[in-house]
Amino acid sequence: MLVGQNLSKRFEGAIALEAVDFDLRSGEVHALLGENGAGKSTLINLLVGTFAPSTGSIEIQGRSHASMSPSLASELGVAAVFQEFSLPPDLTVLESLFLGREKRRGFLLDRRGMRQEAEQLLKRLAFDIDLDQQVSHLTRAQKQMVEIAKALRTSPRVLILDEPTASLTDGEAEKLFDAIAQLKRAGVGIVYVSHRMSEIRNLSDRVTVLRGGRKIGTVNTAEVSDEGLIEMMVGRPMGQLFPEISYAPGKVAVQVRGLSTVDGAVREASLVAKAGEVVGLAGLVGCGRSELCRAIFGLTSIKDGTVELFGEAVARPHPHSMLERGLCYFPPDRGAEGLALSRPVRENVTMSSLDLRSLKTGPFLDVLRERRVVREPLQELKLRPLSPESPVSSFSGGNQQKAMLARGLIKDYEVYVFDEPTVGIDVGAKSDVYQLIKRLVERGACVILSTSELPELINLSSRIYVMHQSSVVAELHGDEKSEAAVLSHYFGKPAEERRLQ
Amino acid sequence: MTSIAVSGVSAGPGRSRREKFIAQGGIVLTFLVIAAVGTYLLEPRFINRLNILNLLRNFSFLVLPALAQMVVMTTGGFDLSVGAMVAISSVLTATVMLYLSSVAPDMPIALSLAALAACLLVGGLVGFVNGFLVAVLKLSPFMVTLATASMITGTTLYYTQGIPIYGVIQQFSDGLGRGQVGGIPIVVMIAVAVTVGLVVLQRQIAFGRHLYAVGSDLRSARLSGVAIVRTTIAAYVIASCLAATTGYLMTARLGSGQGTIGATLALETIAAAVIGGVSLRGGIGRAELVAVAALFLTVTNNAMNLLKVDSRFQTLMLGIILIAALWIERSLSRRK
Repeated sequence: MLVGQNLSKRFEGAIALEAVDFDLRSGEVHALLGENGAGKSTLINLLVGTFAPSTGSIEIQGRSHASMSPSLASELGVAAVFQEFSLPPDLTVLESLFLGREKRRGFLLDRRGMRQEAEQLLKRLAFDIDLDQQVSHLTRAQKQMVEIAKALRTSPRVLILDEPTASLTDGEAEKLFDAIAQLKRAGVGIVYVSHRMSEIRNLSDRVTVLRGGRKIGTVNTAEVSDEGLIEMMVGRPMGQLFPEISYAPGKVAVQVRGLSTVDGAVREASLVAKAGEVVGLAGLVGCGRSELCRAIFGLTSIKDGTVELFGEAVARPHPHSMLERGLCYFPPDRGAEGLALSRPVRENVTMSSLDLRSLKTGPFLDVLRERRVVREPLQELKLRPLSPESPVSSFSGGNQQKAMLARGLIKDYEVYVFDEPTVGIDVGAKSDVYQLIKRLVERGACVILSTSELPELINLSSRIYVMHQSSVVAELHGDEKSEAAVLSHYFGKPAEERRLQ
Repeated sequence: MTSIAVSGVSAGPGRSRREKFIAQGGIVLTFLVIAAVGTYLLEPRFINRLNILNLLRNFSFLVLPALAQMVVMTTGGFDLSVGAMVAISSVLTATVMLYLSSVAPDMPIALSLAALAACLLVGGLVGFVNGFLVAVLKLSPFMVTLATASMITGTTLYYTQGIPIYGVIQQFSDGLGRGQVGGIPIVVMIAVAVTVGLVVLQRQIAFGRHLYAVGSDLRSARLSGVAIVRTTIAAYVIASCLAATTGYLMTARLGSGQGTIGATLALETIAAAVIGGVSLRGGIGRAELVAVAALFLTVTNNAMNLLKVDSRFQTLMLGIILIAALWIERSLSRRK
């Protein structure tokens, strides 16, 4: 029902997609798989007409279209749910559901009709959302649900879902899967982009794998193993994603005692992290582990408790003084907090080290030396392309992350705090990040790793603290750190119970 | 797993009373009441038929371009050319009448309509150019309209050499400029009608909603199938035509075509729009509140006239009022 032939797209000379054929049958879920920058987003954007292909054509319901526009695509019954939302923040839920396709009575808007239809739609999907709420007040998950409802409102024949479960809870994801099953039965063709193997396995009938803008192949999901898919995706057998790290716990680097933050996000948390080990911080999003990291670095005000660095109490942590004392923190939201996107990678890497004497001659920055200093860590992290003078915004997510991490390599810090270091980056870049952590620890640094990826926690950390509702509820050593053990504490199983077992 | 509720997903909390008060224009209405009552206490002549009529006329000449400014600002832009548009329309009105009255001396209505048509034509053209440069060539609205303002002002001053153009026909000034129906000046009725029209546009017509969507998030609007180029150009055309209408009506009031009027309008209209709650980033703004803000500014101006405050000092006061209003709004709403 939808066929893309020989689709290519170039952006200012760079090839984003090269001669890709794609077809979608009615009533199937066709998964798109690939690393970041593999061309998945480009492909779906071509299909819905966000931009025009450089070559190739798109055929919908047997009719070929050389160019596509969002409004033409929606007329032809193609609807899409993007990761970036199509909900203007200042409109209400109701207004944004009908944006661009308002119901009218003559000249005027049919407000009652729209409200009724919206109520029915949300009821059918079992999404609990206030229609009069302003979009900017919604949580990410709620926005995602509104976006899905918006796409389904037009009764599309082709539905494109770009990582739709990225911000949903399991319960909400189930509702979405139910809706997908319903649509499948109704003969709707669904293009499903996701990184999650289990979803691809459970939902999809076929998988198309892209790599570096090219199509590697289309296979029936039932006939291929997870390993096979990963190999297609990264172009080599994955081998071991997680490196073997040899820990050598030495002196205590960070000691936190009874720490509570002013905003209440952390309550009486204590932890110890030694040089030469990786301490994992586990817990659901919102459990307080991010805030704990921020409090240690001095980004969140502390109400009670102490932070000690190498046995020395830090009265009032502040980013500037913590960096000087040898503690380096990497925020989870690169775009909002970590990087100046419009500035070159070089400047971003040295940003927190501008006080370093080695970069200055008197009061002046020594740009030549800066260039030299920056090159090595970027090489080590495998920044691609290795062009430190390009603005950060021109790199893919994984490489932006590397640009940020390179900051910590300019100088030998003694403590590294990572908050969600691999969120939104592809497998290759993940592997590079893990290698970095390995090198840091084996050099004798102390690493605190806060992440929602369980495999990362289990495989990289030597000890794990689990947080639940603002408090540290468990500490897991050696053999205790299995996914099941960590999970059991996610929902606040009391620590005493664990000790009894 | 599915039975476990995770926080933050339930429907968002209802808006607090303070937020509602602000969103519904509580602040600007309070400003207006305080200004009006304060003026009355200081100078009882404030409530005087002649003064009120005068005030309402001045209000009309501010609210029309302020609404023009609002339309563009809700799309995330600015129109700094409103003042220049007012001036060129005034000159145009007088010129058209001057030349055509020798051809058709006894047809005041036809002459007035011809002048209006000329104003709207030029307004539509300027608006289209502004909108095209902003929407298609993606130039900065601020710089584009600053540049067109300069071009328009240059043209106007070159043509008039700074001298008023006399030639406005008597019936036009008497009718539109001084005319009243049921004791209410016609200009005031036009201003109110335009305000009501824009309220309906914003609330009840799809195009109005698209204006908000474009200003709130251009990408989202495009993905939703909103014709963003057409919507943006239309916004600038509406704005320039409203400004042209203002110039046309002011000419009736002044009795001559003046190329020097409207010099401070860009600032005043943005002030009225912002005090009326229009967001500088686009996506937010309501016509009725902009009208209230324009009325507030007109009242303070009128108060200063009544109290015989030096006119140069009044310009200084406008700046102070604007900053004070912004600060009060900000500290009450306390959004990040």
